[in-house]
Amino acid sequence: MERRITISKSSIARRKIINHIMLGLCALSVVLALIPLALIMFYTVKEGISALNWDFFTHLPKPVGEPGGGMANAIVGTLTIVGMASLIGVPVGILSGVYLAEFGKGMFATVIRFLTEVMSGLPSIIVGIFVYTIVVKPMGHFSAYAGAVSLAILMIPTITKTTEELLKLVPQTLREAGLALGAPKWIVTTRVVISAAAKGIITGMMLAIARIAGETAPLLFTALNNRFWHQGLDQPVASLPVQIFTYAVAPYDDWHAQAWAGATVLIMMVFILSVVVRVVAGGGKFTVQQ
Amino acid sequence: MQRHDDLIMTEEQTHSDNTSSTPPAETGVKKSDTGQHDAPTKSERLTVGNLGVAFSGNSAIRNITMSFRDGKATAIIGPSGCGKSTLLRALNRMHDIIPTAKVTGEILLDGENVMQMDAVTVRRRIGMVFQKPNPFPTMSIFDNAVAGLRFNGITKRSLLKEVAEESLMKSALWDEVKDRLKQPAMSLSGGQQQRLCIARALAVEPEILLMDEPTSALDPIATAKIEELIHELKTSYTIVIVTHNMQQAARVSDYTAFMYMGELVETGKTRSIFTNPTKKQTEDYITGRFG
Ligand SMILES: Nc1ncnc2c1ncn2[C@@H]1O[C@H](COP(=O)(O)OP(=O)(O)OP(=O)(O)O)[C@@H](O)[C@H]1O
Ligand SMILES: [Mg+2]
Repeated sequence: MERRITISKSSIARRKIINHIMLGLCALSVVLALIPLALIMFYTVKEGISALNWDFFTHLPKPVGEPGGGMANAIVGTLTIVGMASLIGVPVGILSGVYLAEFGKGMFATVIRFLTEVMSGLPSIIVGIFVYTIVVKPMGHFSAYAGAVSLAILMIPTITKTTEELLKLVPQTLREAGLALGAPKWIVTTRVVISAAAKGIITGMMLAIARIAGETAPLLFTALNNRFWHQGLDQPVASLPVQIFTYAVAPYDDWHAQAWAGATVLIMMVFILSVVVRVVAGGGKFTVQQ
Repeated sequence: MQRHDDLIMTEEQTHSDNTSSTPPAETGVKKSDTGQHDAPTKSERLTVGNLGVAFSGNSAIRNITMSFRDGKATAIIGPSGCGKSTLLRALNRMHDIIPTAKVTGEILLDGENVMQMDAVTVRRRIGMVFQKPNPFPTMSIFDNAVAGLRFNGITKRSLLKEVAEESLMKSALWDEVKDRLKQPAMSLSGGQQQRLCIARALAVEPEILLMDEPTSALDPIATAKIEELIHELKTSYTIVIVTHNMQQAARVSDYTAFMYMGELVETGKTRSIFTNPTKKQTEDYITGRFG
């Protein structure tokens, strides 16, 4: 018996229409997602532009009532704390992800994987209080170290999870190809598997850094704030989010403008960091095949 | 290396029995009954005794007993899904990385138990070309060709260049890529990628080369070149090649093993298998009546 599969003209026409509708919905979703982003950017810059000047980047905050001043110490403080947090969080996060994806088997790995998931849902204020208890209390004072530890704890689960998921996407055939050349597993892992997933891992790292750069709550319990240039990593240190918070809740108009300016700078910092890392990581060079 | 063709020429065609009622693998018993291994004849680089592989308890191959001779090419033929790749991958411990796989029986490399050797050493000595091309996607053509050397700590630029050119020549790819060695490996066509993978395997100079359908993606000209290469390599390597192409098996191999449903039906000199098979299944398969 002969059977032919035919597709009628009308069904093709219908598919085309559905295709267009779906494409339209996709475009609409993109716009909907971008509108708040654009509005936030626009509003932040608009409100903060009056306070955004050279002094803002180079001067310390002025006491209440005195006009001018800037957030130089908070900018440096944020860079310091986020930098230190990344120095702790990125290696620990990536190595844990590699462990879970490539080496982890059995009960221990299952427990780690579970804890990572629990940790990624941890409210940041809890992390702040936790670090307050284990770092700030014993040290006797707030410090940049404590701030960095709390932010590192927040970024580790995100980085671990993305690293693990991305490494799992690397086809098994690549691992086999490496092993068949007589390479030990750690070489295959570093030179073949991680390199195939590098682009995604870097993106995950960026998202994690961007997320913690704006964290305020944990810093209130750990790094606190400082009106002066920082006096060492074991001392309280100013940061943009805390400074923005302090200025935003204060009843002074010029402080409000400065808070907006601080927010603009914070957004710009994250933006520039993303661009720089992307360029350094080589754009579209690293891709997972298939 | 000395050849022992005379030894092999006088050997009788061997074949394992595929009826499961007989005690497993008479030839394997010969080597293991005393608990002490007789030194295999010099020409048998690699011998397997009563080898079985199961995935999650489902047996994929069983009772495989045969040997692969030095300086010879052995072809493994059989219908799709009969366990050719599974057998090949057992030889260089590739099943180690598949958690569900369980390998039983014995594999001896120059008399040494492969299952107890360090897997990295085994794979360093037994190279493999996979059924599907799998170049490293983040590396250039050149980097792929010498990846094995780099992984083993060789960094001398001039040496890498030399080996890359040599291996790519052997795999019949050099002329097509010599002006674009820096380009990503993924920019090559499927057949070119396969030849790159062959070059990559050759570059580390294994003693035994396992090739899983190395020419299934290649055109007749490239195929002929690879077959030529196998002839050349035979003088210094032991070659095991899986192929679906009967003519190819007849052309390149000295010995042929026919597998069916996870068992070794018959193995022997290629000439006798093709002209005078002892089992009906073998005859049916090579004459194209099934498979
Ligand atoms: N990783 C695996 N997990 C489970 N089953 C597997 C796995 N690899 C192979 N098998 C099974 O083992 C059997 C033999 O497969 P194998 O790949 O060795 O066949 P083959 O002879 O190489 O076939 P082909 O000629 O199509 O390549 C098949 O039934 C297959 O489903
Ligand atoms: Mg196969």
